[in-house]
Amino acid sequence: MEGNIKFVQGNEACVEGALYAGCNFFAGYPITPSTEVAEGLASRLPKNGGKFIQMEDEIASMCAIIGASLTGAKTMTATSGPGFSLKQEALGYAIMAEIPCVIVNVQRGGPSTGNPTHVAQGDVMQAKWGTHGDHSIVAMTASNIQDVFEITIEAFNIAETFRTPVILLFDEIVGHMREKLVIPEKGKIPVIERLRTSVPPGTDYHPYFPRKDGRLPMSDFGGEHRYNVTGLFHDMWGFPTDKPELVHSLMRHLIDKIDTHPKHICKTKKHFLDDAETVLVSYGASARTALEVVNYSRARDRKVGLLELQTIWPFPKDVVAEYCDKAKRVVVVEMNMGQVMEQVKASVQCPANVFLCNRYDGTLINTDDVKNVLRVIEGRGF
Amino acid sequence: MPVQDYIRKRFFPHIWCGGCGHGIVLQGMLAAIEELGINKKDVAMVSGIGCSSRIVGYTDFHTLHTLHGRALSFATGVKFSKPSLNVIVPMGDGDAMAIGGNHFIHACRRNIDMTAVIMNNRIYGMTGGQFSPLSGQGIYATTAPYSNIDYEFDTVELARGAGATFVARTTVFHATEITSIMKKAIQHKGFSVVEVLTQCPTYFGRKNKIKGTTDMMEWFKTNTTAIGSDAKKANPSLIERGIFVQTEKNEYCKAYDKIIEIASKEKEA
Repeated sequence: MEGNIKFVQGNEACVEGALYAGCNFFAGYPITPSTEVAEGLASRLPKNGGKFIQMEDEIASMCAIIGASLTGAKTMTATSGPGFSLKQEALGYAIMAEIPCVIVNVQRGGPSTGNPTHVAQGDVMQAKWGTHGDHSIVAMTASNIQDVFEITIEAFNIAETFRTPVILLFDEIVGHMREKLVIPEKGKIPVIERLRTSVPPGTDYHPYFPRKDGRLPMSDFGGEHRYNVTGLFHDMWGFPTDKPELVHSLMRHLIDKIDTHPKHICKTKKHFLDDAETVLVSYGASARTALEVVNYSRARDRKVGLLELQTIWPFPKDVVAEYCDKAKRVVVVEMNMGQVMEQVKASVQCPANVFLCNRYDGTLINTDDVKNVLRVIEGRGF
Repeated sequence: MPVQDYIRKRFFPHIWCGGCGHGIVLQGMLAAIEELGINKKDVAMVSGIGCSSRIVGYTDFHTLHTLHGRALSFATGVKFSKPSLNVIVPMGDGDAMAIGGNHFIHACRRNIDMTAVIMNNRIYGMTGGQFSPLSGQGIYATTAPYSNIDYEFDTVELARGAGATFVARTTVFHATEITSIMKKAIQHKGFSVVEVLTQCPTYFGRKNKIKGTTDMMEWFKTNTTAIGSDAKKANPSLIERGIFVQTEKNEYCKAYDKIIEIASKEKEA
C-alpha cells in the first residue's frame, strides 16, 4: 500500500500536514476546539528534535513563533475565537516584519467566549481585518480530512514563498470529525523551503530590499548577517523610518506581494460547475453539506454546482465571478451572518442574484436548510 | 574589540533626549559583552516598545524590536529555537512590568536562559510622561496630575517570587556596576533579571520638580547602597544594589533536550 493510511480527526490531520511540511517549532495555549493540534505536536515534535512550548497565553504563543521563525524554524500556533482575537496584534507584526508562520484557527461560535464546543464560521472577516491597519493576508480552509492535511502543507509553502503569516481557518466540525487520511511518501507533495540570502558574510545584506520578483531572501538569527527587525515602518536595513516615500513603498509592497499572485494563492474546488444554473459557494464544513445537496440535485437532473473555496483571503473574486456570472442564481452556504456572501456580491455582475443560506446556532448547516432555500429561490415553494 | 564596534553608527544620532540615562545602560551592556568576548553573531537582542526598546536598533547584533510588553515572548521563541544564542532583552518599566507583566513572571518561572534588563525610569517616556507600575505613590505624572495613588512593584521581589534564578539591581550612577552585573547575568545559566534605575529628566524630572540630570543622578547616589551595608542598617529606606539572587536550577532549553531524548526513543506509532 502506498503511503501511510490513518483514521484521524481534522486537528490530527493538521498536525500530520504541519510535520510533512517541516514544521519544527510550535507554541500554543490550550483552547477548545483546537487543543488536539497542540497535544499532537507536543507528542510528535520532540521525536525528531522539534520544539514544542506551551506559553503563558495566546499572545505569547504568537510572539514566540515569530521569534522562532527568525532563527530559521518553520513555525505554527493553533487557537480558536478568543485566542485568535488575542493574537491579532502579533499577527500584524508578522505581516509588517514579513515573518513566515502559520496560525490555525479552529472556529467556534462567537463573539466572546461564545459557543466553545460548537461549530461556526464567524471569523472570516476577522481573519482579514482583525489586526489594525491596511494589509493583505492569506487565509485558507478545507472541508475534509485529506484536504486539511494538504492545505496545511500549502499554508507552510505560501508562508515561505511570500514571507507572510498564513491563517488556516478551520472549524469545529472539520477539526473534530474523523475520516481516512492517506499520508503520501515524502516528496510526493512539494514542500517549499525558506529562501535564504546568497549574500556572502562580510557583504552588506539588506533584509528588506525586495528582489525584482518581490521576494526577500532571509538570513537566520544566529547566522553571519546581523540586522534589525521591527514592527515600525522600516527601510531596507530594517531600521525604523517615517519617511513618506518609504512608508508608501513598504505598504505597496506588503499589499502587492499577496494580491498580485491570485493564481498562486487562490485555491478552489469545482464540483459540477460547467453547466450549473444554480451555483452554491461554500467552504469548510458547510461545503460538505453543499456538496451533498449538489449530488442530490444532480440525481434529479437539476443543474446545481458547487464552488468550494479553499482560499478565503485574498478572496478568489475572479474565479467566483467566472462561475457565478454564468449562473441564474448563486447561494452562499456558510455558518455565519453572510461574511463570504458579501464578498461574493462584491465579485459578481448581478449581486441581486446572490442569496444567503446560513445557520448560526452552533449546529452544522444541513441539507434541508439548503434545499429549502433552493426551493424558494427557484420558485418551487417552501 | 572597542565597544563602538558593537554599535550601528549608521543609525545615529539616537532618539533619546539630552540627559536620558539609557545611553549609560547601553554602554554598560556593550562593555559587558565586549569584556566577555562574545561574538556579535552569537547575540540576539530583543526589545519591546518604548524609549528603552530603541536600544536594540543601535547595536550590531541580531536585533528584534517587537511589540509593547511582548519582548520576552518573542525572545523565548528565539532562545528556545536556537539555544546557542545569548539573548538579552532590554525593556522599560511600563513595558516589562505593566503590559508585559504576565510574560515577565512566566519567563522567571520558566527559567529560560536569557537576560532581562529593566531600565526603570519610573515613567512612560515615549508617550509623554504617564505613571508606570514602578512610579510609586506620590509621584506626579501626566496621568497623575494630583499625585499617584498606585503602589509600585518591587522588581527584585517580584522576580525572586516568580522564580528567577539571578536577580540584581543597580543604577546608571554606578555605571561600572552595570557592566560587572551584566557580565554575571549573561554568564548565568538561567533566567536573569537586572533592574537598572535610570533617569528621565524630560518627563519624570520635569513633572516632579527635579531640576536637572545631575540632581537625578545624585539621587541614585544618595538613595541607594550595597546589599547588606551598614548604611542600609542605619537607614532602612535606602534602596539596595547588587546581586540578590544567584542560584542554580534546571534551565528550560536543557530540560527540553531531555524531553527530545526521551521522545526520540519512542517509535513513531
